[in-house]
Formats: sequence, C-alpha cells, structure tokens
Amino acid sequence: MIATYIIYLFMGIGIFFMLLGGIGLIRFPDVYTRLHAGTKCTTFGSIFLTLSVVILGLKTWYLGDVNGSVLAIHTIIALAAILITNPTGAHAIARAAHRSGVKPVNAVVDDLEKEEKKK
Amino acid sequence: MLAFVVTSLVCFLTYLFLTTGSGSIAGLWSIEEILLGLLLSLFAGFISQNIFIKDSYRMANPKRWLLFLVYLFGPFFIGMAKANFDVAYRVITGKINPGIVRISPGIKTDLGITMLANSITLTPGTLSVDVDEKTNDLYVHWINVKEEALKKKPVDERYICGSFPKWVRRIAE
Repeated sequence: MIATYIIYLFMGIGIFFMLLGGIGLIRFPDVYTRLHAGTKCTTFGSIFLTLSVVILGLKTWYLGDVNGSVLAIHTIIALAAILITNPTGAHAIARAAHRSGVKPVNAVVDDLEKEEKKK
Repeated sequence: MLAFVVTSLVCFLTYLFLTTGSGSIAGLWSIEEILLGLLLSLFAGFISQNIFIKDSYRMANPKRWLLFLVYLFGPFFIGMAKANFDVAYRVITGKINPGIVRISPGIKTDLGITMLANSITLTPGTLSVDVDEKTNDLYVHWINVKEEALKKKPVDERYICGSFPKWVRRIAE
C-alpha cells in the first residue's frame, strides 16, 4: 500500500520537473540556456518517472509475478541509456551551435571565442 | 583469446539480464534462452573483441566499478539534485548571468574526460560545450557566472564541478 503512494509521489515530482523543463524552453533567451532547461529538468523528471515504474515492477515481482522483474530491469536499462545519451546529445548540440557562430546572449565571459580567434 | 572470453562473458551476462522472467531455471530463465544467449554472445564476442577491449584491462577491476556506483549515488546524485533545484529557481525567476569559461581538470584518459564532461552537463547550471583535445581542458557554459571565479584563468574547477575530477581520477585512471 505504501508502495502505491511512493509511486504517485515520484510520478508527481517527475511531472513537475518535466513541466519546468518545458517552461524553461520558452523563457530562456538562447540555445545554450535552453539546453540547460531541457537537459536538467528532463533528466531529473525522467529519473523520478522511471523510478516509479521500477518500484511498480518490484512490487509486482514481490507479489509473485515474475514479469515484474522484466519491467524493473528494462526500465533501469532505459534510465542508464537516458543518463548517457542526454548529456552527450546536449554536448553535441552546444558544440555545433558554437562552431556555427551562435553567440551566448548576455554573456559575461566567453573563453571559447577568444580561443577560436587565436587559431 | 582473453579479449574474446571477456567480451563474450559480458555479452552473455547482459543477455541474461535482459531476459529474466522467461522460465524456471533459478526462477528466472528458460533453457532455450540460456542456450541462444550463449550462442549469440560467442558470436558477438568473436566479432567485437578488438573494439570492446582496446588497450588495457584497467576497467576490469571491480573496485573501480564499486567506486563508480558510490560516485553515482553519492556526490553525483547530490550534485544533480542541487542542479535541478537551482535551474528550477532560474526557470521561475528568469535570473541568469551566463558565460563560457575554461577549466583545466588535468585528466588524461579519454574515458575520464568523457565521464567528467557528462557529469558536468548533468549538474548545476553547467554544460560542457567543447574540449581541447591536446590538454583535455573543457569549455563550460555556465548559467550563473560568479565574479570571484573569473579572477583566475583557467577558472578553478571547484566552482564548476566540486569534487568530481577527484572522483573521476580515482575511477578511470
């Protein structure tokens, strides 16, 4: 019974951070800050959403259905894939944006730009 | 030969991990799945042995994997949780002070710098944009640049990623 409440709690947290990610995408001024909103909030959001699925799987397994293990283990693997691909993708987009000349809006400092001028 | 055995073993374990719930051996697997998994992992090990194991068996040490798990659930998770509350605050208030800074963590291996760059991207208001491949310096987009951090160049990595470089060095080097 407690497991059900934990599942609802985790889903709530996950959905809240997903929503913040979406708001951030609209509010922030340029590609880099938007990537911050997209990666951060989506990662934390998807961690909690997948954790709620894992708990559901473990609960099903505990209650005697062996298919619960499939649900739990596959979701953990999906979470690992998200944690690896999410920063890699963000890194690739940011690098491509900077190489094609998109400057960070309102930047206080840009060490990378100086470095590119030197070359 | 050792590379072949290690690669096949890893493939086989992964296959077993993915096919739980198929039968009754040890409560989880069926005999068909185990036989097919063995066949496929031998085949995959034969093809990919030179890709999977490149230079050394450094990462085969279970102590490194244990340290990795400690890092993942300890300092990294705390850092990421803080990141999310910080970014959530900035999303709601719209207060940002962005900039790209250079940090010099002094990590030598490719795996180490990959791990550090990914950790930085997942933590408070920081996003790794580019890497200097000669010196393994990272260029980090920072959403809230602190004035005192800019006095020294390259910027002290303490401001950006705390104790991550120390952990990465213990895990991957």
